[in-house]
Amino acid sequence: MATDLTLILPEVFMACFAMLGLILAVYTSKDGMASQLVWATSAVFLVMAIWIGTTGEGTNVAFDGMFVDDAFSRFCKVAILLSAAAILLMSEGYMADRGILRFEYPMLIVLAVVGMMMMVSAGDLMSLYMGLELQSLALYVVASLRRDSVKSTEAGLKYFVLGALSSGLLLYGASLVYGYSGTTLFSGIIQTAKSGDMSLGLLFGLVFLAAGFAFKVSAVPFHMWTPDVYEGSPTPITAFFATAPKLAAMALFARVMHDAFGSAVRDWQQIIAFLSVLSMFLGAVAAIGQTNIKRLMAFSSIAHMGYALMGLAAGTVLGVQAMLVYMAIYVTMNVGTFAFILMMQRDGQPVTDIASLNLYARREPGRALAMLVLLFSLAGVPPMLGFFGKLYVLRAAYDAGLIWLAVAGVIASVIGAFYYLRIVFFMYFGDETDEVMTGSKSPILSGFLMASATIMVVGIVNMFGIEGAAAFAATALVN
Amino acid sequence: METIILFSPLVGALLCGFGWRVFGERAAMWIATALLFLAAILSWIVFLTFDGTTEQIQILRWIESGSLSTDWSIRLDRLTAIMLIVVTTVSALVHLYSFGYMDHDPQWREGEVYKPRFFAYLSFFTFAMLMLVTSDNLAQMFFGWEGVGVASYLLIGFYYRKPSANAAAIKAFVVNRVGDFGFALGIFALFFLTDSIRFDDVFAEAPRLAETQLTFLWTEWNAANLVAFLLFIGAMGKSAQLLLHTWLPDAMEGPTPVSALIHAATMVTAGVFLVCRMSPVLEFAPEAMAFVTVLGALTAFFAASVGLVQTDIKRVIAYSTCSQLGYMFVAAGVGMYSAAMFHLFTHAFFKAMLFLGAGSVIHAMHHEQDMMNYGGLRKRIPYTFWAMMIGTLAITGVGVPVWILTLGEIPIGFAGFHSKDAIVESAYAAGSGIGFWALVIAALFTSFYSWRLMFLTFYGEPRGNKHTHEHAHESPVVMLIPLGVLALGAVFAGMIWYKSFFGHVDQVAKFYGIPYAEATEHAEDHDDKTQAEPAADGPADAHHVDAAEGGQGDEKGHGAHHYAFVGEPGQGSLYVAPGNTLLDDAHKVPYWVKTSPFAAMLIGLLFAYWFYIVNPSLPGKLAENQRPLYLFLKNKWYFDELYNVIFVQPALWIGRQLWRKGDGNVIDGSINGVAMGIVPFFTRLAGRVQSGYIFTYAFAMVIGIAVLITWMTMSGGAN
Amino acid sequence: MTVFAFYLFAISVITGGLFTVISRNPVHSVLWLILAFLSSAGLFVLLGAEFVAMLLVIVYVGAVAVLFLFVVMMLDVDFAELKAEMAKYLPLAMVIGVIILMQFALAFGAWEANPVAKTLREQVVPTNRHNTEALGMILYDQYFLLFQLSGLILLVAMVGAIVLTLRHRDDVKRQDVLAQMYRDPAKAMELKDVKPGQGL
Repeated sequence: MATDLTLILPEVFMACFAMLGLILAVYTSKDGMASQLVWATSAVFLVMAIWIGTTGEGTNVAFDGMFVDDAFSRFCKVAILLSAAAILLMSEGYMADRGILRFEYPMLIVLAVVGMMMMVSAGDLMSLYMGLELQSLALYVVASLRRDSVKSTEAGLKYFVLGALSSGLLLYGASLVYGYSGTTLFSGIIQTAKSGDMSLGLLFGLVFLAAGFAFKVSAVPFHMWTPDVYEGSPTPITAFFATAPKLAAMALFARVMHDAFGSAVRDWQQIIAFLSVLSMFLGAVAAIGQTNIKRLMAFSSIAHMGYALMGLAAGTVLGVQAMLVYMAIYVTMNVGTFAFILMMQRDGQPVTDIASLNLYARREPGRALAMLVLLFSLAGVPPMLGFFGKLYVLRAAYDAGLIWLAVAGVIASVIGAFYYLRIVFFMYFGDETDEVMTGSKSPILSGFLMASATIMVVGIVNMFGIEGAAAFAATALVN
Repeated sequence: METIILFSPLVGALLCGFGWRVFGERAAMWIATALLFLAAILSWIVFLTFDGTTEQIQILRWIESGSLSTDWSIRLDRLTAIMLIVVTTVSALVHLYSFGYMDHDPQWREGEVYKPRFFAYLSFFTFAMLMLVTSDNLAQMFFGWEGVGVASYLLIGFYYRKPSANAAAIKAFVVNRVGDFGFALGIFALFFLTDSIRFDDVFAEAPRLAETQLTFLWTEWNAANLVAFLLFIGAMGKSAQLLLHTWLPDAMEGPTPVSALIHAATMVTAGVFLVCRMSPVLEFAPEAMAFVTVLGALTAFFAASVGLVQTDIKRVIAYSTCSQLGYMFVAAGVGMYSAAMFHLFTHAFFKAMLFLGAGSVIHAMHHEQDMMNYGGLRKRIPYTFWAMMIGTLAITGVGVPVWILTLGEIPIGFAGFHSKDAIVESAYAAGSGIGFWALVIAALFTSFYSWRLMFLTFYGEPRGNKHTHEHAHESPVVMLIPLGVLALGAVFAGMIWYKSFFGHVDQVAKFYGIPYAEATEHAEDHDDKTQAEPAADGPADAHHVDAAEGGQGDEKGHGAHHYAFVGEPGQGSLYVAPGNTLLDDAHKVPYWVKTSPFAAMLIGLLFAYWFYIVNPSLPGKLAENQRPLYLFLKNKWYFDELYNVIFVQPALWIGRQLWRKGDGNVIDGSINGVAMGIVPFFTRLAGRVQSGYIFTYAFAMVIGIAVLITWMTMSGGAN
Repeated sequence: MTVFAFYLFAISVITGGLFTVISRNPVHSVLWLILAFLSSAGLFVLLGAEFVAMLLVIVYVGAVAVLFLFVVMMLDVDFAELKAEMAKYLPLAMVIGVIILMQFALAFGAWEANPVAKTLREQVVPTNRHNTEALGMILYDQYFLLFQLSGLILLVAMVGAIVLTLRHRDDVKRQDVLAQMYRDPAKAMELKDVKPGQGL
């Protein structure tokens, strides 16, 4: 038990931190503490990321296999923690301005992150589900944090109801898997899956599990909640949705597919390829019609999940590596893009209409340029890092023989480039309008925007060593 | 030193092209010119001190890909040295000349800066040309080859406001593409056959090529013939030989200094250089050689005949260039590479001078180019007149026939006299009847049209716009200096280097660094070959001792010694196959052969005098009487019209079809259809599905599950 | 006997579930739901899991279902309207339902427990240990981690409920018990003499 506890020490520490933070704030100045708590939480995330990133070694199993600590989980945890810390820092000013900076907010985020860390370390269907629910429940709450706004409440409710449905699907899948394999442990499931043919029941269980994950990563056709929730939630929450939980869900997806069904790659490959191609195309096509930048980012993230799934669909070490690299780049891009969106405001009120960006480049050339770099990177225009992410997954798909999928990915990215470039068009060549946007001057947001844009350009040199770490993580997962 | 020669034009081009805003316009031009003069001086030093040993100077490793390994390096041998002085000297003088000629160009508006651009292009051209001539492998050569093509394109189209200049530039580029395709195929073939594109390797493999058969275009070919033929197609394009010559006259749309540099002295001779450079391969390809001879002869005759009736002063000289290039190819085709290089060398001087002189005339006449509007300019622009006169004397081959008087062993005459006679004699000696007669007739024509040009321009009564004539003025001194320098070359170049290019075997061999050995008979038998073997192994050094002795012996009495070339392919800058005794034979042709070019020149001169001084109305009458012939010549044998019908129209038609139907309807149509029809349709659909109702969303999820499950059931456990 | 009891309970679970969905009156639905819960409790007893059966009765029937009943009765939801709305999608829903049902029939029709699965499966009824003890072992020993995580989930749920519903409105008068208790009639009341026809 003692060794088990040492392995989950970061999680334990963070859960305790959340509870202590809650108590502290309740007994002192309540929401007056919120700002300090946000900073403290970010600091804790950072420390945890460094701790996890520097200490862990090899593959360790705790709690009879329910908790796995390996290079893969460490990679994901570090990414989750860093992105969550970044989003938290970015959100502080925005939330305070809108009067929704509650002290529970950082603590809910901490608990959600604990859930995500459990997800990526899950070695059992039950711990998987616990982590998933812990994360989801916290997210449902923060989605409707702005409770005097109908949209925010609606977003939370929709997310909750559909999330419950997806949890139901997932649980049903889990029970099918349990029924046909006799155990909930991944290591046991793969034994059953390896011995002889996969029974149809097990396959159905796999499909339902995949559907549950697909909901979490918002892959088509389980994506419908995404635009509404993204639009309705407060923007920092949207930013959070678009980054850490996506990464965690994607990692969980990969973990279950490889750890529990690693012997049946050909079976789940079809499912994931199907989800991937639908997501890429729907994300690209539907985003064209959007005028709200938050909805647009929702479809953008749907499309990006399609590409990440393409890496997963390859079912190889390279595929997982490509997926991790892609997700890391995606998260970085989104941090920068949302930093920009958070700065979009007029007379102190946030605006999300794309048309308000008209001729933004004349007023703020520096930020417009940074946004341009990020948008190019999102679209996958060659000199930027986003292109290399796409290249990676395309190569993984190609090497795995999924040439049709790679071709579809290229076509979808051509379609998708349109709406990113349209924003660029507005910023540089748009019409003169009265509804001029006055960006906020927050140095934190500007800092994140610039840093993210710089990474997109400088990162092409060696991707800051992400490749090597991802390769290491991927080999730990796939064997 | 060679590296400095190679790179100073590039540096000049870059500094002048990009730096003129910093240095100022004039300073930038002077920088480019000064660097070119530096290169020219160094080139002369290299040429004069060169000892005939082939050197390779590596600059950097260039391409390493599979078995293709190519350095970027300078191959310095006699061929390169000759080309170096030709290119850098003419280029430097043209740079200088351009100061005057390009000043106040009426093509440009007040305040527009065009001169640094012009100088940068000129310097860039020079760099590319030097790349071409110094290359030690085919890839580097091709790079230079295309580089000069680009520079030529840019310079022909320099007056980009003139539609005709643009059209001419495009024409030059496209026609050259045809040739370049052949050249590229030749390079591929060589790489395919020898697995290398370095000259050393290729030359060493040359004898093997002659015994290799190759299937190309469903036909069995001898490998050496095929390679030589393909490379010659490249040379045809660049050197404007018949069938691919149409671009050269049109290229006269470019500024006159460009015509002098690129389309007379240097770039167009690249084809000749290529053929000479590839002599080790050509020597093993008799059929290809015959083709080169015939085509060269036909070109010489054709171009000269067209030149008879042209009235644009630059076009006359352009056809003359075309014709003279034909001479060079005849020399190369019969195996007298040395004579080809000789003519290339002398031609560079007198042709550049003619062009620059013509430029001076045009400059004086306010950019009037039609000779029918000249006349009587002798008095107004005397220096130009004398320069043109020297050029004309050189090109028509004025000299004293050898059987009358020689200076030592060197015939007396202008530069063109030596080199042209050398070619004509070689053609006769090689037994090429068509070559010989075509060249002699071409010489007659050359003389006629050259003198016609002189008489129409400088003699008679002024014709055309009176005002222009009254304001005709001598060119500034920066334009006259180059004329003077080139005049020296046009007068003396032939006599000074006659021995080296067209002397006895030992002299020529020494000049080119080719091993040679004493031979008792013309035809070498095996004993001689074995004797020569050790000497051939230790290349130059042993021979130089030998050569030095031989050289001493020459002074006394030459008849006692007979020498023959014995080098292996790749030794020395030229390769002359054993059994090719043309050099000796050419000196022994009958006197009437030696005199024939001179006679042709005289007849041409007399005719011209009669037509344009004695009886100026005669040409008009003749043109009336012989109208079909006149029109045939005037319209350049209808080559342009023929090509228009055969190639241009069908190509345009195909292009239009592909553009309208293929590109417009199919590609644009489908892309636009997708982009404007299908994608927005799906966008709307996706928007409508996103209804906002939870049950719609849940429904979508359930449908998704149903589809996935059904799929899994159908594919049913794929493993 | 056991077999008979199993089928009895099984049929009543299915019936209960079916009528929960199709009955028109929502109160009836909840009552049917209670039947389903009770029957499944019976099934657990048959399996030998008395503790779970009792939990089901106490928690689900006693608490959850009754809560449902209250909610249904308190919220005035027009179920008929909702159903009419849903009727539009009924045909498509039926088709999908039938498809999924058929798939499952296929899957279960070929029910074959993998031999490996059989060895991996744990015993339903623990030997040498009674039910409650076994559950305790599972909850506090084997699945300690999961138990704690569920605790966290509940914490999140609670925090969430508070965050989303607790309001501090400045314009609402709140009861202050201490203030009430320490109220002094002398200070709280003031007598005014109001003259007729003048007002204050």
